[in-house]
Amino acid sequence: MFVRGLKRKCFDGEEDIEGTLAGIKAIPSYNLQRQSLLDMSLVKLQLCHMLVEPNLCRSVLIANTVRQIQEEMTQDGTWQMINTQNTGQASLDRLVSTDILCRSSREQAEGKHVPGYSTFNKDFESDQAQDSSETMSTASSEQVPRNLQSNAWEMENPQENKGNFQKSLDQIFETLENKSPNSVEELFSEVDNSYYDLDTMLTGMMSGTKMGHCDGLETFSSPTTATSNSNCKSDINELDHIVEILVES
Amino acid sequence: GFGSLMQDVLWCFSQVKGTIDVGVTEADVISTVEFNHTGELLATGDKGGRVVIFQREQESKNQPHRRGEYNVYSTFQSHEPEFDYLKSLEIEEKINKIRWLPQQNAAYFLLSTNDKTVKLWKVSERDKRPEGYNLKDEDGRLRDPSMITMLRVPVLRPMDLMVEATPRRVFANAHTYHINSISVNSDYETYMSADDLRINLWNFEITNQSFNIVDIKPANMEELTEVITAAEFHPHHCNTFVYSSSKGTIRLCDMRTSALCDRHAKFFEEPEDPSNRSFFSEIISSISDVKFSHSGRFIMTRDYLTVKVWDLNMENRPIETYQVHDYLRSKLCSLYENDCIFDKFECVWNGSDSVIMTGSYNNFFRMFDRNTKRDVTLEASRENSKPRAILKPRKVCVGGKRRKDEISVDSLDFSKKILHTAWHPSENIIAVAATNNLYIFQDKVN
Repeated sequence: MFVRGLKRKCFDGEEDIEGTLAGIKAIPSYNLQRQSLLDMSLVKLQLCHMLVEPNLCRSVLIANTVRQIQEEMTQDGTWQMINTQNTGQASLDRLVSTDILCRSSREQAEGKHVPGYSTFNKDFESDQAQDSSETMSTASSEQVPRNLQSNAWEMENPQENKGNFQKSLDQIFETLENKSPNSVEELFSEVDNSYYDLDTMLTGMMSGTKMGHCDGLETFSSPTTATSNSNCKSDINELDHIVEILVES
Repeated sequence: GFGSLMQDVLWCFSQVKGTIDVGVTEADVISTVEFNHTGELLATGDKGGRVVIFQREQESKNQPHRRGEYNVYSTFQSHEPEFDYLKSLEIEEKINKIRWLPQQNAAYFLLSTNDKTVKLWKVSERDKRPEGYNLKDEDGRLRDPSMITMLRVPVLRPMDLMVEATPRRVFANAHTYHINSISVNSDYETYMSADDLRINLWNFEITNQSFNIVDIKPANMEELTEVITAAEFHPHHCNTFVYSSSKGTIRLCDMRTSALCDRHAKFFEEPEDPSNRSFFSEIISSISDVKFSHSGRFIMTRDYLTVKVWDLNMENRPIETYQVHDYLRSKLCSLYENDCIFDKFECVWNGSDSVIMTGSYNNFFRMFDRNTKRDVTLEASRENSKPRAILKPRKVCVGGKRRKDEISVDSLDFSKKILHTAWHPSENIIAVAATNNLYIFQDKVN
């Protein structure tokens, strides 16, 4: 279960900045890692449905991390970018090395620069062959093995990341309710209030699909279909609600 | 006191308990270690719910170099796995904590707890048995009373020493969440048990009631952001206790002020260093253990990367901070991914409060001398397990050139973690739990 030694290497974005649009690679790096950390945290919460009651301290710390990321993404406007045409699949391959997040804020500030994100509006996978205006996609496509253990640096657009987040949350609630929600609100309206009790949530009240031994990220199942298009702002409120639910139970 | 004026202590291997098998049975993993108040007994609890007590043998003049080895004294099954039918969940039998009661008669008493139930065990010796009953024969079979022609008084005859452990009290059904701490009060009449959200006060004689003294469960569970991680009574003041939280804070409470101690008397928190902030700041600030010094003047806390000593009279920051394994700071993401960042390390004081000890990865453990400010890293491994072999200090190489005896951060084995250690109350004898093995080290006899 535990990796012997820590072989993850941090993709050193600094070296590749020369020759590409300066600065752009560093910034998506941070957001990419942040997104990856968010995805990882959601997976961890989801995998709390074990045979033994999960560790409450661990769950609370992870939920706090999720909330922290959400707050930061709301503040710097990343949360606003929602791609309504989510076609990508949330998968483990997109979990990238998040070493950069370990650096202090001072270190990050040195390499950090914030261009607008409106240029990132295409799905990386579908655009792999396409125009080189998205230079990071060309630069990184060779370097990116889709393997969690290696230098999994990929260029994704934040809009799709947002969609992935939505899908991750949906998966969590699917295990709660054993049905695919058409919308988040609909899901909540049908949920028995007893589910809002932290005890019930974390201690396996779901029907049917109970995950077995918490085996790390391998048990991550394939995602549901994309949710319906929804307005940015209402999504934020829904997501606030979702994060609350994650914490409460 | 001892230790502070002496030269550097040289630690030697003394004993190791447990199998050498490569494949470790999960049930054999040691989950708690504790000396009793005299140091004569050493108890371990494991994931399989068993308690093993070792007793120090009397020192022999014939073999002065064998300074009182610890041998198995008693083994018993303390807790069994249970099933909570209401929640469809298993309740683990793993022993989370053992705490000894001070000895008041010939028998020994200890508290052991799993996630839900605390038990008081009596461990006593039997070395005589009565013989010569009138109504039953030597095999215990009843005799026909009409065949008895004379009466005699049974006499006590010596027998082989037998150590029996009997459960004297079971304190159950008081905790909704998982018990992380138990602490015997200095009045020896009460003790507390703490779970993630509540702390209960018990009287040893009463098992069907407990008194809730701390409750941090929010009315709306959506607002839960902080849990209790450890709690302990003051060693001398029976009205005072502390508890730590997942946000890196410690609260000291006085039970005389109110029945429900939700309002603390003191609040210990170090201000955050804003330049060091990351998404993992809160997680690594979560306190995994809190211990009063023997003097009662200080508390020590362990978070993921450091050990801190606090003066009870200064709440705004610790008086001492020791880096346990700061080289992990750049690896927090990986450690979050593989869950190691949630490992709960314990910390201990030596008898004179001059040295503190805590564990790390790769079967390393660290000691910090508070007076000389020197620290040492030692390893609990079979390679260093020759009798009275002096432990060689270990060093982790952080970057650049690795010296011959150093180990690089990437080579550390994160599955070998020293979470539980114990220090003899008055001598330089330490017990270190390394997965399923218990190592005992002593200082070199001059």
